[in-house]
Amino acid sequence: MDFLRDPFGFVIQWYVGWLSGLGLPAFGVELISKLTGALVLATGAMLFVVFLIWYERKLIGRIQDRFGPNRVGPWGIFQPVADMLKIFTKEYITPIGADKVTYNLAPILAVAAVLLLWSVLPLSVTVVGTDLNVGLLFLIAVGGLGEMSYILAGWGSNNKYALLGAFRLVAQLISYEVPLVLSALVPVMLAGTLSVTGIVQAQENVWFIVAAPAAALIFFIASIAEIGRSPFDLIEAESELVAGYNIEYSGLKFGMFFVAEFLHAFTVSMIFATVFLGGWRGPGAEQIPVLGFVYLMVKTFVVYFVTILFRGTLPRFRIDQMMNLNWKVLTPLSLGLIMAMSIVGGLTRQLPAFWQVTAYLIINLLLLGATDQLMHFAQNRKTKLNLATQPGKGVLTTSSKHGSGE
Amino acid sequence: MNGLQVVFLLAALVSLFSAVMVVSARRMMHAALWLVLTLMGVAVIFVTLQSSFFAVVQILVYVGAIAILIIFSVMLTRRVMEDHGDQILPGWRAAGLVALLLFGVIVGFMTLWLGFSAVLVELPADAENLLELGRSLVSPQGYVLPFELASVLLVAALIGAITIAVDRKEDQDR
Repeated sequence: MDFLRDPFGFVIQWYVGWLSGLGLPAFGVELISKLTGALVLATGAMLFVVFLIWYERKLIGRIQDRFGPNRVGPWGIFQPVADMLKIFTKEYITPIGADKVTYNLAPILAVAAVLLLWSVLPLSVTVVGTDLNVGLLFLIAVGGLGEMSYILAGWGSNNKYALLGAFRLVAQLISYEVPLVLSALVPVMLAGTLSVTGIVQAQENVWFIVAAPAAALIFFIASIAEIGRSPFDLIEAESELVAGYNIEYSGLKFGMFFVAEFLHAFTVSMIFATVFLGGWRGPGAEQIPVLGFVYLMVKTFVVYFVTILFRGTLPRFRIDQMMNLNWKVLTPLSLGLIMAMSIVGGLTRQLPAFWQVTAYLIINLLLLGATDQLMHFAQNRKTKLNLATQPGKGVLTTSSKHGSGE
Repeated sequence: MNGLQVVFLLAALVSLFSAVMVVSARRMMHAALWLVLTLMGVAVIFVTLQSSFFAVVQILVYVGAIAILIIFSVMLTRRVMEDHGDQILPGWRAAGLVALLLFGVIVGFMTLWLGFSAVLVELPADAENLLELGRSLVSPQGYVLPFELASVLLVAALIGAITIAVDRKEDQDR
């Protein structure tokens, strides 16, 4: 019965018990069990990407009114496997003048940085890689290692387009890290801990997306920018950059960047589900831990679905629009939000939890509304200024262009 | 020798070796990359000291931001990225002597400090050193004044950098 309620935890306990039965010292048992766990988790995550690629292609196909992959296997589910086998057989090409060490290190580092994220995410009550007391900070710091891999790829390729692509990508990532960190501080404040497990535990009564919807929105936008998905996919602007930092890569090395991108997109959704949607929390998840895993996966797929919807429907930002959105909207908003949340939290400390959450919710919505009004105001003023500097030129709208009834 | 000491020795060797490579690498880009490895070695040493917050901040700030900015600026100065000249200065003997003397003086003063010979105590697993750090940064008995002064200084530097770099509207009109 124990196996049915918590298969993962049961297997882990059995494995650790079996290891210590072999007569190893406690240090050795811990080392071997952690290494095995890392190996299983990393392999599982990489294999999971095969499914993710199929899911995303199928969904994008549906959004664009096509079938998506439908030839290999039922509903085309084995299409990524066929693609994977094809990519294994491709030739490795190293461009002349490439910096060999950095060129070959970059794809490994890209995948490793994403896989490291999984080490602190609690998958259910009993299955956690490591409960770091600075878990959330770790998640953001490891993202910095990913940036290093893009720089290595862009510079090591000895190609101007790759270098420009890497520049642009890293500029975007560094900029959007600021609102990402600031908005992640809000759940940390609410939970009173940096540990990811602690943040999940603190969402027992209410998910943080209810208490801090503005922080959740900023975090979501910033994390889409961090994975370079549409509408932030300037890194893949084919008309300007060919294809970004990875154009000189072929075969499995290119495949590793591809895997890293898809896995990162999914992992970021999982972080959002963990920090703002209560992670594995749900009815009965503590008694039956495997249910917690199911809940986490469902929540993650909901978030992932939204990012794919964004990708399928939104046009690409211009680079100045992207930077304006970051520095003039998201960063000030998240700074203001932190101040407002701490003031409200201090004032409502004596109140019962329900009223405290209501106060948080009201201040969040107020800030969001104020930001919206300010953005409208700025847009109107900009339009007026443009009109004033070009005298004699009217606004070219559809109605004036075509005239009336012509 | 336990596992922790092995990790410490490895991290120390890696960071020392890469620190030497930072100053001896001929391509500036390689020097910057070796610097990243040095900083990561320091992060590992923080881990062995049970100071996970500093380890993570080391990676977040130094590897994730500062090293990348250094690499950016190195990339933007492509012309001087490779150094073919002699790597050793003419007066290296005198410089080495001064460095050695300074090192001796610093170590001498360090031995006078009580903490130098103190035996490190292992923290209990549930020690909240992060909370302690946070409290001491904002409590009036702790380091609130230096902390706030450093913040003001950083903001001033930020505003100064923007003032120098900004494109003024009136300049464009002329």
